Amino acid sequence: MSAAELTIGISDTASSSPGEEAELAGRLWHYMALMREAEDRIERKLYRQGKIVGGVYVGRGQEAIPVGTALHATAEDVLFPSHRDLAVFFIRGVPPGRVFAQYMGREGGLTRGRDGNMHMGDLKLNIVSIISAMAASVPVAAGAALALRYRQSNGIVFCYFGDGATSRGDWHEGLNFAAVQKLPVVFICNNNLYAYSTPLSKQMAVENVADRGAAYAMPAEIVDGNDVLAVHQAAGRAAAFARSGNGPYLLECKTFRMTGHSAHDAAEYVPKNLWEQWGKLDPIARLQSHMLERGWSSEAELDEARARVRREVDEAVAWAEASPFPDPATLLDDVYES
Amino acid sequence: MPTTYLEAIREGLWEEMERDPNVFLIGEDIGVYGGAFKVTAGFLEKFGEKRVVDTPISESAIVGASIGAALMGLRAVAEMQFSDFISCAFDQIVNFAAKCRYRWNAPVPIVIRAPSGGGIHGGPFHSQNPEMWFVRTPGLKVVAPATAYDAKGLIKSAVRANDPVLFFEHKGLYRRIREDLPAGEYTVPLGKAKVARQGRDLSIITYGAMVWTAIEAAETLAREGIEVEVLDLRTLSPLDRDAVCGTARKTAKVLLLHEDTQTGGLAGELAATLTERVWEHLDGPIVRVTAPDTPIPFSPPLEEAFLPSAQKVVEKARWLHKY
Repeated sequence: MSAAELTIGISDTASSSPGEEAELAGRLWHYMALMREAEDRIERKLYRQGKIVGGVYVGRGQEAIPVGTALHATAEDVLFPSHRDLAVFFIRGVPPGRVFAQYMGREGGLTRGRDGNMHMGDLKLNIVSIISAMAASVPVAAGAALALRYRQSNGIVFCYFGDGATSRGDWHEGLNFAAVQKLPVVFICNNNLYAYSTPLSKQMAVENVADRGAAYAMPAEIVDGNDVLAVHQAAGRAAAFARSGNGPYLLECKTFRMTGHSAHDAAEYVPKNLWEQWGKLDPIARLQSHMLERGWSSEAELDEARARVRREVDEAVAWAEASPFPDPATLLDDVYES
Repeated sequence: MPTTYLEAIREGLWEEMERDPNVFLIGEDIGVYGGAFKVTAGFLEKFGEKRVVDTPISESAIVGASIGAALMGLRAVAEMQFSDFISCAFDQIVNFAAKCRYRWNAPVPIVIRAPSGGGIHGGPFHSQNPEMWFVRTPGLKVVAPATAYDAKGLIKSAVRANDPVLFFEHKGLYRRIREDLPAGEYTVPLGKAKVARQGRDLSIITYGAMVWTAIEAAETLAREGIEVEVLDLRTLSPLDRDAVCGTARKTAKVLLLHEDTQTGGLAGELAATLTERVWEHLDGPIVRVTAPDTPIPFSPPLEEAFLPSAQKVVEKARWLHKY
């Protein structure tokens, strides 16, 4: 599915009442808008102001994927967000201030300054931190699913990664193990066509990441990753499949990274027409048009909602800036259990 | 009936699985087959498939899945069929497991059992001693027992530890040594060395199968009137530096011995520690007996030349004693 094949419209929501649809759309919009606003602030303001040191990796244009999937997660479910899935943290209840503090290396960040950017997790919220090596979380996610089944929990695992990660051995080992053991995992790929500067054609000989599911006898579905309602519906099918004990499910979300690999990358290797094509498919703009068309929201209400998101982010940034830097005296703590 | 080193590990695992329903085993050929060395023979029949998980040939997935299960409250005991294959799981161990607690307060209580060591004509890929890759990684604990008693007590402590533990069991000891074990429950603490033989003239600091080589050398030297103390480190990380310095203060002469190759081997770290802490107590240079910096060869005469022997230790110790 290329940008040209994706339509600018949006999927109709399935079999729910108009009130429920509007309510769902509102939640989907809120988390996408919050992720966009937070990451714009991170990448385009705080990073450039020198308040964020180190790497900045954002999911601009890909917000529909974490949002459309993670809204299906129950408290028992375990999530493994990757570096372009910020909304997962907000959906799980992580205060945005803690995310900004994380980026700024402050005590208030989820890792208390021990690690930066999207390398964060919170076991109380069942969010497991990634490490930098792509796909390392994939076998770990399988193990978490093994533990859920072991404890006879009804929970499932949501494991996120990009197209580039599917070239790594860990990805294949993890999918194979999950498939052999029929573990309750939804594997969610954001296929954004580029891994750093490497285009998909140099990443894999198959056309779709979903094509790889066959090697693991795993159901694999391709969805328009910039259509949040379609992602939400597909993720619902995937989660139901995994939750019913059928084994893992591979969901490939076609999307595009509307930014460089990281804040320092101008992405000049991306042909201009791709920016234009995918720019028209912005997931937030598409949902907004749909909401207006259906009468689920008015321009005035959306403006108000945008202002609320901006205020939330303003307050979160202020909270983070007030958070102290970690005390160097804590350097040696927590290498081992004390 | 004396218990072998291998049986001691099996007993320790068995007791921990009976004690704690969250402990489970995962690895290649560990269930139906009972493990390449039969350490886990009988476990599948007793504990079932849920707690004895046979896996594909996927070392990284074995360790990764162990980490994921541990984050969710289980205690995984993973088996690497040979420690040589542990490099396939390197990233999961040194980047995922080792750093979770430090980075985001997430304990990873896993044990990775790794049959290691040479002397069995296993060749370059079934004989290695890869412990130092992990000793130099903060966040990991590394254990290398020499006796059946310690093997059982340490595997039990490793299972109960709330940190990732690498458990290097020397396959040359599996069926070679045996001893009577106490009838009741016991554990051996991680991070504590043990004096395996008392002596006043010279200390040999070592671990794993080389403890037996050191004792053999000490017996030869005793006949010459040289009383050697042998310190068995038992845990390589965290290192019992107090015990290391204690024996050095007592004898004033130190020979460091390991089966691992020389450069970057534990002896270097021990020598630096001794120099920093007890330099003024020493009456001679710190000397090393280790394998040379080569891959471990297959053919018996080559392998014999590679491995440290009691004779090599005796020669070096005599020289140091005269110094």
